[in-house]
Amino acid sequence: MSKGRFGVHGGQYIPETLMNAVIELEETYEQYKKDESFQRELTALFNEYTGRPSLLYEARRMSEDLGGAKIYLKREDLNHTGSHKINNVLGQTLLAKKMGKTRVIAETGAGQHGVATATAAALMDMECEVFMGEEDIKRQALNVYKMKLLGAQVHSVTSGTATLKDAVSETMREWTNRIEDTHYVLGSVMGPHPFPMIVRDFQAVISKEIKEQCMEKEGKLPDVVLACVGGGSNAMGAFYHFIEDENVRLIGCEAAGRGIKTKETAATISTGRLGIFHGMKSYFCQDEYGQIAPVYSISAGLDYPGIGPEHANLYDTGRAEYVAITDDEAVEAFEYLSRMEGIIPAIESSHALAYAKNLAPQMRTEQIMVINISGRGDKDCAAIARYRGEEIYE
Amino acid sequence: MSKIRKIFEKNKTFIPFITCGDPDLETTEEIIKALQKAGADLIELGIPFSDPTAEGPIIQGASLRALNGGVTTDKIFGMVEKIRDEIQVPLVFMTYANVVYSYGTKRFLERAKQVGIAGLILPDVPFEEKEDFAPFCKEYGIDFISLIAPTSHARIEQIAKEAEGFVYCVSSLGVTGMRNEITTDVGAMVELVRKVSDIPAAIGFGISDSEQAKIMAEKSDGVIVGSAIVKIIEKYGKNAVPYVQQFAHEMKEAVLS
Repeated sequence: MSKGRFGVHGGQYIPETLMNAVIELEETYEQYKKDESFQRELTALFNEYTGRPSLLYEARRMSEDLGGAKIYLKREDLNHTGSHKINNVLGQTLLAKKMGKTRVIAETGAGQHGVATATAAALMDMECEVFMGEEDIKRQALNVYKMKLLGAQVHSVTSGTATLKDAVSETMREWTNRIEDTHYVLGSVMGPHPFPMIVRDFQAVISKEIKEQCMEKEGKLPDVVLACVGGGSNAMGAFYHFIEDENVRLIGCEAAGRGIKTKETAATISTGRLGIFHGMKSYFCQDEYGQIAPVYSISAGLDYPGIGPEHANLYDTGRAEYVAITDDEAVEAFEYLSRMEGIIPAIESSHALAYAKNLAPQMRTEQIMVINISGRGDKDCAAIARYRGEEIYE
Repeated sequence: MSKIRKIFEKNKTFIPFITCGDPDLETTEEIIKALQKAGADLIELGIPFSDPTAEGPIIQGASLRALNGGVTTDKIFGMVEKIRDEIQVPLVFMTYANVVYSYGTKRFLERAKQVGIAGLILPDVPFEEKEDFAPFCKEYGIDFISLIAPTSHARIEQIAKEAEGFVYCVSSLGVTGMRNEITTDVGAMVELVRKVSDIPAAIGFGISDSEQAKIMAEKSDGVIVGSAIVKIIEKYGKNAVPYVQQFAHEMKEAVLS
């Protein structure tokens, strides 16, 4: 079995042209992972630039309203650039810098990863190009403007469904075209090894902090940790340090779109099957001939037909559970948290909130639930307004 | 010796690529026959994939047209089965890992063997991952064809040592597509292959005219031409057969000159 496996999942299914690039990346990463000055530099960026540690906030009104578990929100939305994406991006861009690269490229769905990459590139004085599906460019106009403002070039991807999967494909194509000076800052725990491992390690700061903060506030670990899952980076970050704590339930919330019985869904675990795509073996939404399905979700960040290989393995082993949340449920949760706690969550994170709303009342008051609020919802306001039949002008 | 190895025994080879089902399978049949007439030594048949990450816009477009036209892996097997008695040149499938894996690798190769396929090329399966496919290929006597790239350097040796059929030398960085100029020192890549193995080496990616084909043939054992042919099919659709035949004939002449 090749490198980078999580059970049967993972691997390195990429064109030969890219093989030496991922091998170099792995070697560099293994070296710097153990390098104290690299880790110090990264921690300094996390603390001084991003604003880490992010808060573990007790959602009192929500807990009271739902009448069950004591609910905490992990506030990744408070990070600089507004989501968890910055954690991975700072790590990878610093790594790229160490490898002597002068240019970073990235895919983006909701635009959060694109904005984060453009931000890190500005900070570290690197050239930056972001690939984004034409559909998503329409859905996330504000983030497109931000990326340009930060000095990045944004390419509109019109192939396929013109969404996240096509942006990933196009960024991979661009990487094969120009490797020497370019690092591909992959945005999720997916793609060929070593990306799922590297992204997970940089995001694992989330669960590390939750664990410490929960111990400090409650003197015990949470009973359940919830996060939304597209490719799965915020969930992997929120789950990672709890995998060994078998009493902590880990629940990933995928995007069911208009429902898992319809074709307009992006729920990979619920509707996909084992396949090989975008560099990895994992679960994918696909037809009987292995053609990748054109998935759909209201959330551009979860609108992806696959899931990271480590999640696929957590599902296989039963260590984590995966549930599907519809657009309707997510929008309702988006509005709920805004009113209940004065926090506007990203539509992605709202998928986790929606399931939390169902689960919390079934739990006891002494039980603790942590929901990872992976990003803030400013970027989604116009789309949600449209969803509710209201046209707003920014 | 495999059917593929044999064709390299004689002369420099000309290897055209087409996407099955572009514009439809009936035309594909006619194009395969025309390519044989024009002197193709081996024909690469693309099974379209929804997200072909190693392809440039021309072959991406062909894949999309074929899939939108309702082509499936089973229909392609059926088409090959139908014409197999008329086609003497070896046929190889070029597609993506998921098309084979999702069909069931064993089932796919069993069926490929039945219809007379001689080789399989999967651009998203590098040396490290070939265990998913190569053992099944061996079981059915189908060559699993390996690719080397301008970035492969020291990897060329290990790849060439275990290669079957021929080594597919990717001429340039990037994806498939027509290029005005090939700047990689492909001659040096071929030399690295020859140092460790007597396996033939054919060059592909970016070869768009007879001038380039001639130069590439001088440096290797054969020339693979894809996008330039697919572009003709894109332009003429169902009427592309004579145009493809004419172009293939010119390329074959260039390779032999």
